[in-house]
Amino acid sequence: MTEEIIIAGFGGQGVLSMGKILAYSGVMQDQEVSWMPSYGPEMRGGTANVTVIVSDERISSPILNKYDTAIILNQQSMDKFENAVKPGGLLIYDPNGITRHPKRKDISIYSIAAADEAAKIGLSKVFNMMVLGGFLKLKPIVKMENIRKGLEKSLPSRHHKLIPENEKAIVIGQDLIQPVHVL
Amino acid sequence: MGELRLMKGNEAIAEAAIRAGCDGYFGYPITPQSEVMEYLMVERPYETTGMVVLQAESEVAAINMLYGGAGTGKMVLTSSSSPGVSLMQEGISYMAGAELPALIVNIVRGGPGLGTIQPSQADYFQAVKGGGHGDYHMIVYAPASVQEMADFVQIGFDVAFKYRTPVMILSDGAIGQMMEKVYLADPVPRLTEKEVIARCPWASNGRPMSRQHNIITSLDLDPAGQERLNLVLQEKYRKIEESEVMFETIDCEDADYILVAFGLSARICQKAMNLARQKGIKVGLFRPITLFPFPKKEIHELAKRVKGMLVVEMNAGQMIEDVQLAVGCDIPIKHYGRFGGIIPTPDEVVKALEETIIGG
Repeated sequence: MTEEIIIAGFGGQGVLSMGKILAYSGVMQDQEVSWMPSYGPEMRGGTANVTVIVSDERISSPILNKYDTAIILNQQSMDKFENAVKPGGLLIYDPNGITRHPKRKDISIYSIAAADEAAKIGLSKVFNMMVLGGFLKLKPIVKMENIRKGLEKSLPSRHHKLIPENEKAIVIGQDLIQPVHVL
Repeated sequence: MGELRLMKGNEAIAEAAIRAGCDGYFGYPITPQSEVMEYLMVERPYETTGMVVLQAESEVAAINMLYGGAGTGKMVLTSSSSPGVSLMQEGISYMAGAELPALIVNIVRGGPGLGTIQPSQADYFQAVKGGGHGDYHMIVYAPASVQEMADFVQIGFDVAFKYRTPVMILSDGAIGQMMEKVYLADPVPRLTEKEVIARCPWASNGRPMSRQHNIITSLDLDPAGQERLNLVLQEKYRKIEESEVMFETIDCEDADYILVAFGLSARICQKAMNLARQKGIKVGLFRPITLFPFPKKEIHELAKRVKGMLVVEMNAGQMIEDVQLAVGCDIPIKHYGRFGGIIPTPDEVVKALEETIIGG
C-alpha cells in the first residue's frame, strides 16, 4: 500500500498539522512516511500545502506532481491541484469559499462542509480534524487508535487535554462527508 | 536500532549532534536551515551535556569560532545555507590548511547571490572543488533522507578526526524541511579533557611541561615548508579517496540506462526509474553518497555495461563533469537539471531520458 496525498489550503487552517498527525499515525503502525511542506514564499503569501506519503515500502520521491488523493481547502489550491489527481484518484474539498467547483469525471469527488459545521458547533480549532475524519472514512489507511497515538506524539503535552475534542471532530467529519461524483 | 522519531532533516542534524557528544554549535540563522539552531535552543543541551550553542554575529564569526573550537580538539559544528556558506569559505580554507576537524552543514538554496530560499544543488562545485582558496578538499556527504541527515553527523565527526579535516554535509532545503522517520543512535557522553588530549595530541589546549607548544596555523612563510604541508594534504586526500567512498546502486544489474543523482535528486530519480520500468525501459540508479571522494572507479565499471547515463541535478550541470571524467567518452552522458529552487519531477526525468539518451 502506498498513498500519496496533497493537503492544500490557507495558512492557519491546520493543513500542515493535519499532515503531521497523519504522518505520525503512519509511524505508529510501523509504516514508512514522508511529510514535505511548502515553505518560504508560498507560505508567506498565505497558502500552505503539504505532501504526505504513507507506504508499506521505502518511499522514493517525497515530492510529487500526481497524487492519489487531494484534500483541498481553498480556491487557489483547487486551481492548482485538481488536475494533479491521478485518474481514478480522490478529491475531497470544503465548498466554503469555492467558486469554481471541480469538474473532472475521471476521479471521485467528495465535499465536506467542515468549515461551516465547525463554526456552527464552536469547534473551529479542530476544523482540520473534521476534514481528516472525512478522508479516513473513504480511505481508512490509518487506524483510530494510531491517530490517538499520533496526536499524543505530535501535540505538545500541554495540549493533550484537547485530544478528545480532536477525536470527536474526526467522528463528526466521517458523518459530514458527501459524495459529489463517484466512480 | 535506537530511538524512533518523526523529525525534520534540520532537527535530525541537531539531535544527532547532541547525541554524538558534540562540544559546540556556532551558527547564524538563515532559511532554510534555521531549525538546526532553533532545535538546539529549545533542547538546551548546555544544561545537560554541556554542549555550547551560540548564535554568532555573522557566518564569518561562526566559522572562526569553529576554527578556535576545533583547534582545542573539540567536536564542533556549524550549519548555514548557500549565501552563508559562501561567507565561510575563507575560514574553511584556513581549517583545511591548519588540518582542523570540524563539521559544516550546508542546506543549499537556489542561487547565485541571495537567490531563493527553495531547495537547490547548485553548491556542488563549491563543496567538492574547494570553494575557498588553495589546494584542499573537504570530505562531502550528500544525504538523501532524514535518516542519513542524522547518520552523517556521527560519521562526519568520525572521519573529520580520523583525517584532521573539515567535513561537509551537503543537503538542500527540501531534506532540511521535510519530516521522515528516523532512528536516533543512543547518546554518547562528550569526551573528557583527558580523552580530548589522547585523541588530539596536536590540539592547542594548554601545554603541560612534558611537551612542546602545539601551534595551530595555516601560515608558513617558508615555501619549502608550505610545499611539505601541501604534500601531507595531498597524501591525506589520496587515502580518503581509497578508503571513504560511499555510494548506492538500485536495480543496476540488468539496466540499459543509468540515472546518476545525489541527495534529493536521487529520490526523485528513484521514482522516475520506477515509472520508466513500467514503460519497459530498463533503468537503474547510481547515487554517489560521498561527493568527495567521488565514486570514480565504480561509475567507470558500471559505464562498461550500459548504453547511456543521465545525470540529474538541481543545477545547470556540475556533478556531470565528475561523471564524464570517471567514464570517459565511450557512452553518451547527458544532463537534466532545474535551477533556482525548482525541483524536477519524476515525469520530467523520464521524458529527458527518452529524449536525450534513448532517442538522442
